[in-house]
Amino acid sequence: MSEPLLRVSGLATHFFTRAGVAKAVDGVDLSLARGRILGLVGESGSGKSVTGFSILGLVDAPGRIVGGSVRFDGTELVGLDAESLRQLRGRRIAMVFQDPMMTLNPVLTVGEQMILALRAHQRIGRTEALARGRDLLGTVGIPSPDERLRAYPHQLSGGMRQRVAIAIAMLHRPDLIIADEPTTALDVSIQGQILHEMRRLARETGVALIWITHDLAVVSNLADDIAVMYAGRIVESGPARDVLDRPRHPYTRGLLDSVPGDMPPGARLAQIPGSTPSLLHLPQGCSFRERCARAATGCATMPELIAAPGSPVAVRCHDPIGAAP
Amino acid sequence: MLGFVIQRLLQAVLVMIAMSILVFVGVYAIGNPIDVLLSPDADQRIRAETIARYGLDRPLWEQYLVFAGRLLQGDFGRSFIFGISVFDLVMSRLPATLELTLAATLGATLIGVPLGMYAGYRPNGALSKGIMAASVLGFSVPTFWIGIVLIFTFAVNLAWLPAGQRGATAALFGVEWSFLTVDGLRHLLLPALNLSLFKLALMIRLARAGTREVMLGETVRFARAAGLREGTILRRHVLKLIAIPLVTVFGLELASTLAFAVVTETIFSWPGVGKLIIDSISTLDRPVMVSYLVLVAFLFITINLIVDLSYALLDPRIRRGRG
Amino acid sequence: MRAPRALAAFWAEFSESRIAVAALAVLLVIVGLTILAPVVTPQDPYDLASLDLSDARRPPGHVGTGGYVHLLGTDAQGRDLLSAMIYGLRISLEMGMLAGAIALTIGATMGVLAAFLGGRFEALVMRIVDLQLSFPAILLALVLSALLGKGKGQLVAALVAAQYAYFARTAHGAAVAERGKDYVEAALSVPLPVRRVIFRHILPNCLPPLIVVATVQVANSIALEATLSFLGLGLPATEPSLGMLIANGFQYLLSGRYWISIYPGIALIVLIVSINVVGDQIRDQLNPRLKR
Repeated sequence: MSEPLLRVSGLATHFFTRAGVAKAVDGVDLSLARGRILGLVGESGSGKSVTGFSILGLVDAPGRIVGGSVRFDGTELVGLDAESLRQLRGRRIAMVFQDPMMTLNPVLTVGEQMILALRAHQRIGRTEALARGRDLLGTVGIPSPDERLRAYPHQLSGGMRQRVAIAIAMLHRPDLIIADEPTTALDVSIQGQILHEMRRLARETGVALIWITHDLAVVSNLADDIAVMYAGRIVESGPARDVLDRPRHPYTRGLLDSVPGDMPPGARLAQIPGSTPSLLHLPQGCSFRERCARAATGCATMPELIAAPGSPVAVRCHDPIGAAP
Repeated sequence: MLGFVIQRLLQAVLVMIAMSILVFVGVYAIGNPIDVLLSPDADQRIRAETIARYGLDRPLWEQYLVFAGRLLQGDFGRSFIFGISVFDLVMSRLPATLELTLAATLGATLIGVPLGMYAGYRPNGALSKGIMAASVLGFSVPTFWIGIVLIFTFAVNLAWLPAGQRGATAALFGVEWSFLTVDGLRHLLLPALNLSLFKLALMIRLARAGTREVMLGETVRFARAAGLREGTILRRHVLKLIAIPLVTVFGLELASTLAFAVVTETIFSWPGVGKLIIDSISTLDRPVMVSYLVLVAFLFITINLIVDLSYALLDPRIRRGRG
Repeated sequence: MRAPRALAAFWAEFSESRIAVAALAVLLVIVGLTILAPVVTPQDPYDLASLDLSDARRPPGHVGTGGYVHLLGTDAQGRDLLSAMIYGLRISLEMGMLAGAIALTIGATMGVLAAFLGGRFEALVMRIVDLQLSFPAILLALVLSALLGKGKGQLVAALVAAQYAYFARTAHGAAVAERGKDYVEAALSVPLPVRRVIFRHILPNCLPPLIVVATVQVANSIALEATLSFLGLGLPATEPSLGMLIANGFQYLLSGRYWISIYPGIALIVLIVSINVVGDQIRDQLNPRLKR
């Protein structure tokens, strides 16, 4: 098989705070082929967003990538010089954030922000840049794009703002878009539209997507592959159907059980007991063992992320669900 | 937008009226108003005449109306010392002060904002720490003392620049300006620097605080993720975002710089209105004091008004919100 | 928490900043010197009999007719500059602290009363305060000292008038915040006398921000007093504060006799900077936003 578009291996990003070292990302492996959609799932604080930022080299102090490798289309991104990284960002790898109200600059017009993003990577006149911006606003489903170019972010609705952010991400026809909870801040009805739009765009343009979310329901009808993160590590990854239908890690199982699905009315949702451990004080061995019903003495050592023979799903558990005894 | 402008204009007029009452009470009602109008050596007959002429025997509110009426006509009385109309006297000194104030405020902004932005961009760098330490000094050290040190260093010891006066001037729109000649510029440099140092420290602090906050925000992260160059991010995104507090302070400081010009003008013998008021205080030339106060109050209110209006231009949220 | 333990904790945190401790030490030394001025100075600068014009404007290190070394030289009247400076510091500190204390009392009273009485009184008081704060303090002080004339009392009045508004606004802000809290409403509903609520509950809670403003304003008062004296407006010639020493030496600066102006200036700056550094540290410690 040829080299995938993106291969992350052993990526570790730590935050050196006064209270101690927070291992937000501690040995993450991911792989993504061109045109595929990967759902990166985890609770808040699991390190999924930091993973996204680490790929782009956008980790702010006191955080730092301390190890591992990010290979993108044959180039190693960890340790790459700032200028080369900048040239990749926005042009070949783009990013969409959670809350467009926070990310778009409130005092610049949409058009102005599109011009800035375009000119970051190519010499282009204002008129031409605006024309490109107008085209893309149309592509992401924004009506009367001419008017929107002159608008300030606060004059647009939440869904409209997120479409603008997506349009900006698409400006240079990137190979990969990292979308960090792009629908979380939106109304449920708008969420569906944006999901639909992204899926359409991905199919039409062949862009690969990493969709970071805490919501398994969102990725279930979007992603080709799913990686579940817990306390800075991938605990289960594989094709979406396999992971969703036959979760093997107790944590994935717990997440799935807490999604309201086809349940009789009045039935109680299952909950994972306890709460996400502090990244400063992770338990020895498997990070999940303190919340895990299946935990045994063997769990005091860290399990490897491995796939059972013949299975497409890799899991980080000493005693995965459904394993032969 | 129009409603907003009208509302602000009305407010400004109200404040101006309040200020004129304060000045009136301050200078006319405290102490003997006759001293304000006549030099001390006037005889009894002239005193009685003046009391009648200015209606000093009438109730206070009537006197205020007369006072305000004269102000509106630009009649501030005559200077005891110079014997000419105070209005003309102040106006002849005003360009020197405006020139000095503008040079100082502009200089402080043009130098202070980039320095502050740098210090906010790299808060832990050695240069940033140096900039911040200097700004603490700029805050603490009184203006007059900095002026003395500047004169001692650049005029006395190094003899690079003159220690006082305006130097050669050239006319523009019928007014004499120092910045149009090389000699005038050399004279302007030290006093402008002296007057600007406090504002410089202020601008550095504000720009730094604003930049730090914006740099940690999502807007910058998004811009970085789009591959914008750091320079572009600072110039286009950050500067625009921190501009609003900076413009406010620029305006307000322009006004307080006018006040501090009193000190700088005294040290550097700069022939502006600040020097004029200090001289008039020591010679008890009260009509000059009154007109200076009214003028400064007027400038203050005008500047505050302009700052308010430029808010609306800078921040699209306000423009639409109150339009 | 009991007061002594709170103070000890406060000091423990304060002493973590070496710069702040150094500034505090400098401040204590200055205060000590000014209190002991008659003992530590070689000469009483007010005693005209001890002055000799043949000692006038001598550079640092000169041995005068009095038989002792003028460490920092002498001024135009033949005064030992170091002695004059210590007495000058004394006057500057006295004026600054007196003005600060009075402005604090008046301003805090106005602010707290405005917050409690509310209504038109509050609107009027805070409107005046806002208006005054938009006007530079130096101008107000300048005009007032010009109108009132020279003298200690007049100067303090001018300084207070220029500064009370800062205290009023701070106290008002803190008192409004406190007024809204449950314990105050509970105390008022009992009903305790309003005065008792204000003195026992509100004022103590307004104190931290007021202390911060007070340190800054004492430093500002000192700078303002020096500026006024430099302009020939503040104190009479019989009360030579640092500002006046600097002003007196200014005319000799151009002829190279730098010490008459420069040394008192350095003393002034050391005083102001140490107060500001100590004040900054206290502010940071009292600011809940900076706590982790």
